[in-house]
Amino acid sequence: MALGKLCNREPVNTLEQLQELLNDKGGKQYYEEMSDLDVDQALLWNTIQKTIKAKSRIKTWLEICAHCGMCADSCFLYLANNKDPEQVPSYKIQSTLGEIVKRKGKVDNAFMQKVMDTAWSKCTCCNRCGLYCPFGIDMGVMFSYLRGLCFQQGFIPWEMKIGSGMHRVFRAQMDVTTEDWVETCEWMAEEWEEDWPGLEIPVDKENADILYTVNAREPKHYPEDLAEAAVLFHLAGENWTVPSEGWEETSLAMFAGDWEGCKLQVQSVYDAMKRLNPKRMVVTECGHAYRATVIEGPYWAGLKDGQTPIPSLHYVEWVAEALRTGKLKIDPAKRIKEPVTYQDSCNYIRNAGLADCAREIMSYIAEDFREMTPNREHNFCCGGGGGFNGIGRYRKERNIGLKVKCDQILATGAKLVISPCHNCWDAIRDLEEVFEVGIRWSFLKPLLLKMVIVPDHLKPSEEE
Amino acid sequence: MEMDIYKLVTGPVAWLAFGIFFIGVIVRAALYIKGLDWQMDRVAYTAHRKHGIRGAIRSIAAWLVPFGTHSWRFYPFFTIVFFTFHIGLLVVPIFLQGHSILLKERFGFGLPTISDFSADMLTIGVMTAAVFLVLRRLALPEVRIITTWYDYLVLAIAVAPFLTGFLAAHRIGNYNFWLISHIITGEIMLVAIPFTKLSHFVLFFMSRMQIGMDFGIKRGGMKSKGMAW
Ligand code: SF4
Ligand code: SF4
Ligand code: SF4
Repeated sequence: MALGKLCNREPVNTLEQLQELLNDKGGKQYYEEMSDLDVDQALLWNTIQKTIKAKSRIKTWLEICAHCGMCADSCFLYLANNKDPEQVPSYKIQSTLGEIVKRKGKVDNAFMQKVMDTAWSKCTCCNRCGLYCPFGIDMGVMFSYLRGLCFQQGFIPWEMKIGSGMHRVFRAQMDVTTEDWVETCEWMAEEWEEDWPGLEIPVDKENADILYTVNAREPKHYPEDLAEAAVLFHLAGENWTVPSEGWEETSLAMFAGDWEGCKLQVQSVYDAMKRLNPKRMVVTECGHAYRATVIEGPYWAGLKDGQTPIPSLHYVEWVAEALRTGKLKIDPAKRIKEPVTYQDSCNYIRNAGLADCAREIMSYIAEDFREMTPNREHNFCCGGGGGFNGIGRYRKERNIGLKVKCDQILATGAKLVISPCHNCWDAIRDLEEVFEVGIRWSFLKPLLLKMVIVPDHLKPSEEE
Repeated sequence: MEMDIYKLVTGPVAWLAFGIFFIGVIVRAALYIKGLDWQMDRVAYTAHRKHGIRGAIRSIAAWLVPFGTHSWRFYPFFTIVFFTFHIGLLVVPIFLQGHSILLKERFGFGLPTISDFSADMLTIGVMTAAVFLVLRRLALPEVRIITTWYDYLVLAIAVAPFLTGFLAAHRIGNYNFWLISHIITGEIMLVAIPFTKLSHFVLFFMSRMQIGMDFGIKRGGMKSKGMAW
């Protein structure tokens, strides 16, 4: 069995392996090796038998799909690609997973590469099609299962292999160590404390009301996001903390189909919950992070009730609650005057039903809020979900995929898009780069900071 | 000779066909439920039964009503064809006067019946809808690409008893031939239901129930009003 040095069936578990992959610029050698990678057909078939063959949901879905095509228009990638029939959700899964099952796992390298391209460039696991199929057949669920099969066989995009490796080595999607993280917290608290007297970012405080967890990109690239969160908690008078370990919510392992990696990642967060005994967890403004740790995570970790060990909120839930209860108050003069729209992230709309709290927030902060059409649970994926944003090999396809969201935003007439999700935020930033339509985009935190009424005793020192 | 065949297909073969149908359908439903796996499906079925049941009922109910979901409203023409087809497919065989008489003769009980005129209308509806379904498969690229010969076969199995029954009832051509063809195609359909795609006769309810539970328990159902199908 030909196994490459970089491209093989072994997940990345050490720093050295990770470094080698990172040194391979653009995954050149990785993809060359992939052309020689054998398919372990026995393993493939065995896995299928143990999972879908024995269990009903996916098996039934494959079997009863009536080939009616009602899922076609539900998929933003079908729409973005001028209704290319090869983008019909049912076709995408029948021609990949369906074929593998039909051929009892006897598929070759070329086929698996096609499967990989389909699984990562023709589906973002946004789960929209599942809403429109009369049988409730959810391609998002099936594609994430298929990604798992691909991962096991080593047929995954280079960036996904790195991403899952990062979680295995660092328990974070980027190489942020515990020291880096704690240092960033201290540094940010110090830096912003001048302006916000009494500001703290308490690490590992026990029995706090809120355990705050983030996306590793924040400490790595946007540390001010952490500071902004701290200021807002401070203004709201929250008793909060961050854990030194188990602070990372995201899961590129989920996008990669690395279920073992997923488990390791969420376990680190759940351990922090047990260690620090907080009342609730609040997750930063990230969609897939919330889905990974709060919605899917309990199942990977084997928690039978499907719930995180303590109740967990997405940032939009916390903000809505803080505004509702008056912990945070908005200065009416500073509300957003221009037309503004809101991106419902698939990962917490169709996966957590968080539509109402987002509207509630808008009612406090925006004077001219414009809904996209369709919206809420029926909203389209931004075009960058499921890892699509980060995979060089599929950049062209990703850019095409942004089109639907671009049109949706333009139709509202708004120039500002609020997007409390890192992935959507990136996709909207990129769509502006690709289509140059003159829009701006923002997380909630910086907007709120400009609008909240600061109680006198907490006023920034210059204003005193 | 014709009488022998008639006796055979309305006697032991009919018993067999109904037996396979009923047992098959029950087995399919039971296997579906048995195959549910909280960890593999990632849905905590038993831990949140109340939310699950609520989600399941909402999910099934919304889809049983014509234009009851966003999807049905998005494809109005197809929705009409689809419901015409399925309503006829279910109502005619169960409530036809001829069938009821046969039931009474054989088993001593009948079912409420519809008039022969309504039955004719529904039957024509089924056949017309089937023609549209075929044309749709051929005409729309997004449907053509996923269509296989198997889809046509399944459609043919479902429509055949209607065509033959209609010809027999209206004495078009050789009555006995059409009658026996009608009985045989009807039995083929009964037997095919558990073993082919026609199993969606029961699996539709199973799979809708399951996805309803998925959304009701896990994907927001516990935090919102539930999925707006
Ligand atoms: S809508 Fe559902 S049944 Fe129809 S083709 Fe798509 S997946 Fe199959
Ligand atoms: S999950 Fe989303 S991206 Fe994937 S096929 Fe369905 S609608 Fe398309
Ligand atoms: S990036 Fe945003 S819109 Fe796209 S799939 Fe993820 S959550 Fe959905």
